Amino acid sequence: MSLALDILSVLAISAGAFFFLAGTVGLLRFPDALTRLHALTKADNLGLGLVVLGLLPRADGALGALKLIVVWLLVLVAGATVSQLIARVAQRAGPAP
Amino acid sequence: MTIAVTIAWAFDALLAATVLAVALWTIVTRETFAAVVGFVAFGLLVALVWVRLAAPDVAMVEAAIGGGVTGVLLLGAAARLRGVEAATAAEWPGKTLRLVTGALCAAVAAALAATMLLLPDPAPTLAPEAAANLASTGVGNPITGVLMAFRGLDTLLEKVVLVLALIGVWSLAQDSQWGGLPGPQRQAQPDQSLVFLARLLPPVGIVIGVYLLWTGADEPGGAFQGGALLAAMWLLAMMAGLAAPPPVGSRRLRLVLVAGPAVFVAIGLAGFALADAFLAYPQAYAKPLIIVIEIALMLSIAATLALLVAGPPERMPPR
Amino acid sequence: MSETTLFGLGASALVGLGLYGFVIHPEPLRKLLAFNLLVSGVFLLFGVIARRGAAVGMGGDPIPQALVITGIVVAFAGSALAVGLLLRLGQKTGRATLRDVPSPPGDGTTS
Repeated sequence: MSLALDILSVLAISAGAFFFLAGTVGLLRFPDALTRLHALTKADNLGLGLVVLGLLPRADGALGALKLIVVWLLVLVAGATVSQLIARVAQRAGPAP
Repeated sequence: MTIAVTIAWAFDALLAATVLAVALWTIVTRETFAAVVGFVAFGLLVALVWVRLAAPDVAMVEAAIGGGVTGVLLLGAAARLRGVEAATAAEWPGKTLRLVTGALCAAVAAALAATMLLLPDPAPTLAPEAAANLASTGVGNPITGVLMAFRGLDTLLEKVVLVLALIGVWSLAQDSQWGGLPGPQRQAQPDQSLVFLARLLPPVGIVIGVYLLWTGADEPGGAFQGGALLAAMWLLAMMAGLAAPPPVGSRRLRLVLVAGPAVFVAIGLAGFALADAFLAYPQAYAKPLIIVIEIALMLSIAATLALLVAGPPERMPPR
Repeated sequence: MSETTLFGLGASALVGLGLYGFVIHPEPLRKLLAFNLLVSGVFLLFGVIARRGAAVGMGGDPIPQALVITGIVVAFAGSALAVGLLLRLGQKTGRATLRDVPSPPGDGTTS
């Protein structure tokens, strides 16, 4: 049972790391601010969710697992708001020369 | 277990290299705004380094204050100085001066590195003394014990330094605006997503901040971490226009600011009567006294940090 | 090379880097940024020394760690005061420079 949980952790965390990598590639390769924001927020929210999923079996008790999930939700909320704010400023600034 | 050790070492090496790369980028990049963003990222990476150095309390303080609150302060300054700084670019030093400075700074770094490599082995440490005396303070977290009991005088004087810094910042106001509202006139309509965040996050943040204070007695945490979080929540509410910054001359505000050091000094003086020295806690009441000091300290720190970021008063309150 | 030596060398490099940025940049805000880098490097040196003092089941010596916590808060207070001075300088003189600027004529009033 614990071996299956360990394999699940490794798979989930690796998948999460892959999504972080995809988000970073998107940040470096996309042409303008709005597309980069899209790449970052989608990849990082899903990436962080998978990492948290992989860490849940290793958390100490239900309270530890709840804290991990609260961390993920807070990052989701903060990331969504900040990307909205940046997008509004980028849109107002117009396309880059 | 050498595989685990190798992986840990590789991670540490990668982390140190990334920290240095981000620091280098912060120094050489041309735009000030980009440099400040780089500095915020640097602060968060250094918090990771602190975790690797087995200091989770310091990691939390670095992430909250070193990365978070300092970042807000510097971003605001960069935005307000944008028009003014362009003229200074002409004062860049010439090539020889840069080379000489680089050589001297490299020499300083090399001297420090040599000291690091020549540190005595086994390392001298005060951990056994701290562990032996921790039981008498009633707390389980040795860092809280050091901050509140063993080196309580340092924490008290640091609180006083914070209040002095705030007085220094306030004294930069123009004479006609002494006692007014800190910070520039906010834009009339803050972005709706920011307002949403400022409605959603502060209740959660306050609960987590108080939790950090409470759990700091036995686990990593404490008054500084909780206070920084509360300050961030207040700043968020002020930035979204949901909470008006208080006028700097208001008595209630000044009472909250002074409460931390005042309670600390009062309990310290009571130590003369109840125990045998300044800031000595009587054995039976050590933990309750520490909790009382920490609560007052947290509120004071939260108010002081938020007001330090808000800045000197710049406009009078509407009558 | 153990992890503490690695971070010790990294922190020394950070101190040198921060010092270089502090001397070179003419803009005061960039000097402040470099100064904060320098301060972070110094605190990391404290942290390395604390880590080497791990004993009796603790991960590190708690006294240097507590000193660093105090130091981080005081460094922030110093940065806040510096930013306040900088903004006031920008307001008064219209420039952000540490060189002497000839004051505009007729500026005898205090404001």
